[in-house]
Amino acid sequence: MKKLGLIINPIAGMGGSVGLKGTDGVLAEAVRRGAVPHAADKTLRALMVLSPLQGELTVLCAGGEMGGDALESAGLCHQAVYRPAGPACSAADTHAAARAIAAAGADIIAFAGGDGTARDICAAVGEGLPVLGIPAGVKIHSPVYAKSPEKAGELLRLFLSGQTSLTMEAEVLDIDESDYRLGIISTRLYGYLTIPHERRFMQGGKAPSPLSEKSQQLAIAASLAEDMADDSCHIVGPGSTTRSLMDYLQTENTLLGVDLLWQKKAVATDVSEREILACIDKKPAKLIVTPTGGQGYLLGRGNQQVSPRVIKMLGKQNIIVAATPSKLAGLYGRPLLVDTGDKDADALLRGYVRVSTGYREAVMYPVE
Amino acid sequence: MPYAALQAEREGVKNNMNRIDRSNKVRTGFHQAKWDEPVIFELSQAGERGVLVPKADPAVQECAGDVLAGLPPALVRETPPALPEISQPCVLRHYARLSQQTLGADVNMEIGQGTCTVKYSPKVNDQLARLPGMAEMHPLQDESTAQGILQIFHETDLYMREISGMDRFSFQPGGGSQAILAMASIAYAYFSARGEADQRDEIITTIYSHPSDAAAPHVKGYKIIYLHPDKDGYPDYEAFKTAVSSRTAGFFVANPEDTGVYNKRVLEFTKLVHEHGGLAGYDQANVNGLLGVTRAKEAGFDMCFFNLHKSFSTPHGCGGPAVGAVGVLKPLERFIPGPLVDFDGDKYCFNHDFADKEFGVGKVRAFYGAAPVVLKTYAWIRSMGPDGLYQVAKTAVLNNNYMFKKLMELDVVDAPYIPGKQRVEQVRYTLEKLFEQTGVSTADVQRRMMDFGMHYWQSHHPYYIPEPMTLEPTETPSKDDIDEYVATLKYIFDEAKSDPERVKSAPHSSVCHQLDESGMDDPEKWAITWRTYLKKYK
Repeated sequence: MKKLGLIINPIAGMGGSVGLKGTDGVLAEAVRRGAVPHAADKTLRALMVLSPLQGELTVLCAGGEMGGDALESAGLCHQAVYRPAGPACSAADTHAAARAIAAAGADIIAFAGGDGTARDICAAVGEGLPVLGIPAGVKIHSPVYAKSPEKAGELLRLFLSGQTSLTMEAEVLDIDESDYRLGIISTRLYGYLTIPHERRFMQGGKAPSPLSEKSQQLAIAASLAEDMADDSCHIVGPGSTTRSLMDYLQTENTLLGVDLLWQKKAVATDVSEREILACIDKKPAKLIVTPTGGQGYLLGRGNQQVSPRVIKMLGKQNIIVAATPSKLAGLYGRPLLVDTGDKDADALLRGYVRVSTGYREAVMYPVE
Repeated sequence: MPYAALQAEREGVKNNMNRIDRSNKVRTGFHQAKWDEPVIFELSQAGERGVLVPKADPAVQECAGDVLAGLPPALVRETPPALPEISQPCVLRHYARLSQQTLGADVNMEIGQGTCTVKYSPKVNDQLARLPGMAEMHPLQDESTAQGILQIFHETDLYMREISGMDRFSFQPGGGSQAILAMASIAYAYFSARGEADQRDEIITTIYSHPSDAAAPHVKGYKIIYLHPDKDGYPDYEAFKTAVSSRTAGFFVANPEDTGVYNKRVLEFTKLVHEHGGLAGYDQANVNGLLGVTRAKEAGFDMCFFNLHKSFSTPHGCGGPAVGAVGVLKPLERFIPGPLVDFDGDKYCFNHDFADKEFGVGKVRAFYGAAPVVLKTYAWIRSMGPDGLYQVAKTAVLNNNYMFKKLMELDVVDAPYIPGKQRVEQVRYTLEKLFEQTGVSTADVQRRMMDFGMHYWQSHHPYYIPEPMTLEPTETPSKDDIDEYVATLKYIFDEAKSDPERVKSAPHSSVCHQLDESGMDDPEKWAITWRTYLKKYK
């Protein structure tokens, strides 16, 4: 019997429905403006698709508004393994529920919410357990969400029935909501979640490739490693594509930080802008970066350590860009973006950039 | 019964006799042979034999001795090969059944094999290739005894030169991808002779050219740079300008691309690559929409190739005999695969001396190219004549654009790029709207088409166009055929809206129901040989 974990962030999406950009910290205002919860409805839309698996599936859920109520009203068999302490659910509840469901042996956790919910899930289960987002929140920047609740249901059905078993890592991105309400977008990369890999169902994923995401990343890693000169320092930006390079070189690395390589070995990990500048000052250096999935930000999102000053000191010719073909195709023809906060640095990067997409393969891709 | 009454009854019966109703365009009554025919190894019975070979006479045995004794011990098997042991009628039944389970070119309308140019190949050409004088030839027989086929090689070369503007053709490559590999090898040889081979290590291509335009040069050791389309849907010239450099060995491209979009600025691309010292190679595997219309030379290319098993009407032989005829301009002639066939005014002969001894590509496979394929091509070109070839292109383009217009009228079909403009010989459509509306994917529609004795092809990987469907009618089908094909697609699209499960669970009237694809992503579950299957599956 397969076990599906289910967590609903009951307030997800409420801010957006009344013109607030997100719900974090402004739930009372959203309710005052007349927002009503709809995350449970969206979850049920996803679960309807799973009805053919009834009898072969146990749903492990959080109680009350976080899942139990919706399953009860739909008449679906379930088992609550976590109960929120109070009526108002918090990030701590999502976190605790995810841990309880994982401990109860779920094969996959479906969660309804937005970027904030994805962050909470990520903090709780990391990359250890496959998860899938049912889009219900205001902000959906993280490509861990299916395109629609129905698509989420379909993908869960494929995964739970064993028709697809491949998984991939997808970014958990979130913007600072208080900044966003003031019109400032500052996205951060919070981590990665493991999701089922069936590209037609995911946000920002449209290119089935005969190779898995991991194989594509490995091919890029082999190519980058081959081209590495021993007399240059390599500044390796965050992301799973660049991490696969470090893994290929069998050297220490950080997924979310910037690491420094010398002669194919890490000499410093999770470095600051100051350390990067010090490195460039001493030796010839090259920067290896990968764009964020979904949005395609090359610089200025999640890798702020690579500051405008760093970019200007390096020059465009020393910036190596790598991305899997699936990730590029997921941009639907949109250009890569740079937003470093410095006009000169942004201008330096605009135009076309050679993106390494495989072993000795590259794509000329526009940057705006 | 009185005669009049009998007569009346007969007439009544006669009046009730209706002809079979053939007004329905969609072949809803189609049903293909369907059963789970075992793999031939599963039919094997120990000791069963198809042919009992009589023992040789004692005198012969004595004279021959132990025939295996002459073999080096390392080459002698310790156990006999595990071949199926099976009687003649069982073999016949097995293969007859398999033949009934295929949707081959003689059974269905091959409108849907986009990029493959599966046109009708007149049977008379096959018969020519089967004539004893042809079928019994040996590639090693003396050229004085092979004057006829050598003449055909030579004259086909002349025709290809006229069609392309190139100066010399080699028929050696055994298919399109090998022809691209030959072009990459020619480029490498050319730059080796100039001392630039190490410096020029990049080949530029486009994402909608055939994947082999990247894969084959990759095999040759080149780095590959892809161009995406620009906002208008043509290969991005601005991107090309930043890609081309003194490291560029070549620009290998198909035009029209898989989308059926023709890059009208192609001359600017070939000019620019020449300005940087690189070569331009034209993938004309499928030249069907351009025969007699444009030529590789005038588009600025240094070399090109034709798949004779596509545009030149020799059958696609299940991966069997094929030819990717590769042609070059004079400066590259000394590098191409050989030998070539020449006519000295008196007789036809192999020319081995044309090749650059140090840098020439040499042979890319055994002998001279698949002779029956060259013969069929020659026969087809002769039967068409120059005006006929031009007519082929015009009809193929007309058929495609007629179907394009009819399909674009359907609300669930779209075709990315150059909206409102014509395509050349094929179109890559997207069924994304159908998928969004109904959850029915292009793979579902593809399987459902088999229930009507039809087929189509989705796309090369990766799928840059979502839910792709690539159709290429060629010049073969009649207007009625195209109408039937479109009506069948429409029938399935309507069905997707009213009964999506019917489409998703297809095929229903074809060889087998859906395959379990769950193991496709898991190498542990792959069984690519019978032996692996036996080992992995208990």
